[in-house]
Amino acid sequence: MPDTHGPHLIRGARPLGGDPVDILLADGRIAAIGTDPTAPEGAEVVDGTGLIALPGLVDLHTHLREPGREDAETVETGSRSAAMGGYTAVHAMANTDPVADTAGVVEQVWRLGREAGYCDVRPVGAVTVGLAGERLSEIGAMAKSAAAVRVFSDDGICVSDALLMRRALEYVKAFDGVVAQHAQEPRLTEGAQMNEGCVSDRLGLPGWPAVAEEAIIARDCLLAQHVGSRLHVCHVSTKGSVDIIRWAKARGCDVTAEVTPHHLLLTDELVENYDPIYKVNPPLRTAEDVQALREGLADGTIDVVATDHAPHPVEAKETEWSTAAMGMVGLETALAVVQRTMVDTGLLTWADVADRMSAAPARIGRVADHGRDLAVGEPANVVLYDPAAPYEADGAAMVTKSSNTPFRGMTLPGRVRATFLRGAPTVLAGEIK
Amino acid sequence: MRHLLSTGDLTRDEAVLILDTAAELAQVGDRSVKKLPTLRGRTVVNLFYEDSTRTRTSFEIAAKRLSADVVNFSAKGSSVSKGESLKDTALTLQAMGADGVVIRHSASGAAHRLANWVDGSVLNAGDGTHEHPTQALLDAYTVRARLGRLEGLRVAIVGDILHSRVARSNVLLLTTLGAHVTLVAPPTLLPVSVHTWPCEVSYDLDDVLPKSDVVMMLRVQAERMHASFFPSVREYSRGYGIDGARLARMPEDAIVMHPGPMVRGMEISAEVADSPRCTVVEQVANGVSLRMAVLYLLLGGS
Amino acid sequence: MPEGTRAVLDGSEIDRALTRIAHEVLERTKGGHGVTLLGIPSRGVPLAARLAERIERVENLAVPHGSLDITMYRDDLRTAPPRALGRTEIPAGGLDDRVVVLVDDVLFSGRTVRAALDALNDLGRPRAVQLAVLVDRGHRELPIRADYVGKNLPTSLRESVTVRLTETDGHDAVLLGPSRPSPATALNRRPAAEPPSRPKRTSGTSGTEGKDS
Repeated sequence: MPDTHGPHLIRGARPLGGDPVDILLADGRIAAIGTDPTAPEGAEVVDGTGLIALPGLVDLHTHLREPGREDAETVETGSRSAAMGGYTAVHAMANTDPVADTAGVVEQVWRLGREAGYCDVRPVGAVTVGLAGERLSEIGAMAKSAAAVRVFSDDGICVSDALLMRRALEYVKAFDGVVAQHAQEPRLTEGAQMNEGCVSDRLGLPGWPAVAEEAIIARDCLLAQHVGSRLHVCHVSTKGSVDIIRWAKARGCDVTAEVTPHHLLLTDELVENYDPIYKVNPPLRTAEDVQALREGLADGTIDVVATDHAPHPVEAKETEWSTAAMGMVGLETALAVVQRTMVDTGLLTWADVADRMSAAPARIGRVADHGRDLAVGEPANVVLYDPAAPYEADGAAMVTKSSNTPFRGMTLPGRVRATFLRGAPTVLAGEIK
Repeated sequence: MRHLLSTGDLTRDEAVLILDTAAELAQVGDRSVKKLPTLRGRTVVNLFYEDSTRTRTSFEIAAKRLSADVVNFSAKGSSVSKGESLKDTALTLQAMGADGVVIRHSASGAAHRLANWVDGSVLNAGDGTHEHPTQALLDAYTVRARLGRLEGLRVAIVGDILHSRVARSNVLLLTTLGAHVTLVAPPTLLPVSVHTWPCEVSYDLDDVLPKSDVVMMLRVQAERMHASFFPSVREYSRGYGIDGARLARMPEDAIVMHPGPMVRGMEISAEVADSPRCTVVEQVANGVSLRMAVLYLLLGGS
Repeated sequence: MPEGTRAVLDGSEIDRALTRIAHEVLERTKGGHGVTLLGIPSRGVPLAARLAERIERVENLAVPHGSLDITMYRDDLRTAPPRALGRTEIPAGGLDDRVVVLVDDVLFSGRTVRAALDALNDLGRPRAVQLAVLVDRGHRELPIRADYVGKNLPTSLRESVTVRLTETDGHDAVLLGPSRPSPATALNRRPAAEPPSRPKRTSGTSGTEGKDS
């Protein structure tokens, strides 16, 4: 747990990439913004020269693995990793063991997050009991629990039964909730190992066709509009999905969507050497898909960047491809990958990044006190990011308990220097507190 | 060559060297002493995760004819069946001093992964639905021995292309060696991106046969029928099986090949299987010489 | 001709040497009955064919001749990338109870002949094995000697001996020159000696030199 703290005066940082100013954090709030504000006695000065100040990031899609797979990650290690990546709130996915499908489990995860104190851990509740896709879990109990769950998802598994999906969409309306769908038509992806296309055909790996994602998204958009509910689409990975969501939004469907950093940068060509570090669900797609995802994020068709941080122990990846686990860690590299793929390419401004990685996810997840403007009186959830600190990504050097980063060996453009959660530094001088 | 993982890694010169070496080594099978001292003191491990007595025996005979010490490490009756990972098995073989590992595995890419973990040479003896390089090489060898050349020959590969490691290896190798390949199958049994492969595609066997010097029949598993790849064995056989009437429509010196084991009555009729124009038995015999050549070229030097 | 290289035998001298060897073979084998000539690839093979042709001319006796590749029996396989194989062609009737005369161009360390004796052992049981070479350049590393020698040529280890034959090189000559780097030697001897992608390596002692036997 981070130390108790006094006020912090950030000198010369650039809010949303704008002109340098001083930012005073005191009593958990942003106390002053300007040139040379009067700092109270004993305020710790943080040199913000050259750093971008953003509101603390909010992740809509994080696997913290606890309870059940504490060998891969715990709520504490995962939320430390989140802080290191500039996050002040994360949504912990429900596919734990036991599954987060009761008030008891979501409260346990929420409490573990509070005890760790590195970021606000918002549990996601399972849509169906045991993620089995057969009957609804006690969504109301989870919503009314101390964890105040608003996002419901069977992530990892698609709620493929159309009627069950309709009921879930309808039911969460009573709690202002949202169903986050893992869009994967199960029959079309039986045994699927990677994106279906030239590379899978050459490598002899069973394909995961784009249509299996797109068909479910199209169906769910129509369902959500029919019942007047909110739908969130997890980890959009194909050009066709972007087109369908753009179309659904145009016709008035209340749908939001996320894209992962890895789908913004990596393609299925990387599978060529069968290294399962590149195995993920949905799979890495083609360069054409990557381009469409970037454009969709830029024009607002895709609302947020979510990490789908999925830690796995070494032995789950050091194996033959078909038996390897799917997933990649991503919390600590997300902002740098977004800079490289979206900011350095001119597709997004830093203000847009604040929207896609903080404001929009907080809005979708109904996370109070996060994703707010950098303004006097707002909660002091702030991240300071150095966009000119290139480094070579290395899973072993990360704070997460696992090391399965697909960016291993790649040069990323920048690093988080400091993260403040309600004024308390969780990361300072690039080190976890 | 350090490993043989994919025929796509072979240059034309390398592929021809393998075939030429096999041609010289074929004599050894006819001698009274069917053994050469070349790999004396070298250890070859046959690491078979799938039952394949034919392929394993072929490699075993090949290695023994070159005087290598051969160890059969099969999934059954070893720690593999107790859940040891491929990596740990690899490190074990490494520690035991294996100079070459011949691996058959149900996972595509298993040979590639193994090559990361051992210092010795890795020989892919079939990985999932990816490749089976020595089968393609012995097929090419057999064609060359029968028809005298590969350059410019028209080869039809017929059957379950989608799930066939033999087809993948053959398309790459035959193309490298200058043959023209046509894949023939119902659309369900072809990969979606097959139009990007360096070959022709047809759904009509009768159209292709008269224009083919070689037809390679692939084994089709009847279970595919249950996954709706085709409606029935009978309909498949009518469309894509080879029988006497179809054989008669091929050029006079054209040959019929099959990697075995054949399913008579499914993709090939007994009449064709037993015809002198069917090379199945030669393919098996050539397999030993070809595998000797590959073992020599991978393990025989520095 | 490379600098510092000189011809020690020209075409007609090679011709005379082979004729003399043919006569000696007939004399030692009492008329050449039961003789089989086996050339060691690559240049031993045309030499064996020439000897067979001369014996036939002199004695009107058809002497079976063929080739014996020793690559797989070499003792230096592990010092170099794998070599392409030469041909082994054993004349019909086999080797059992024959007088086999091994034919090679140059006798040097004796290791090639050692390998050839091993190879013969796996092919049959000759009544006797003899050795004919066009040039004996000395520096033996094994207890082996030739039965028939075209020319004894004292050399230093720093020199190289090259035999050129019409069948393989367009003309007949034996050349003595400064030692060449080994990789070039290997390439000269066997154009397809190794897959093209392999890095060439230099090798060490006289025994591992590709050219001389």
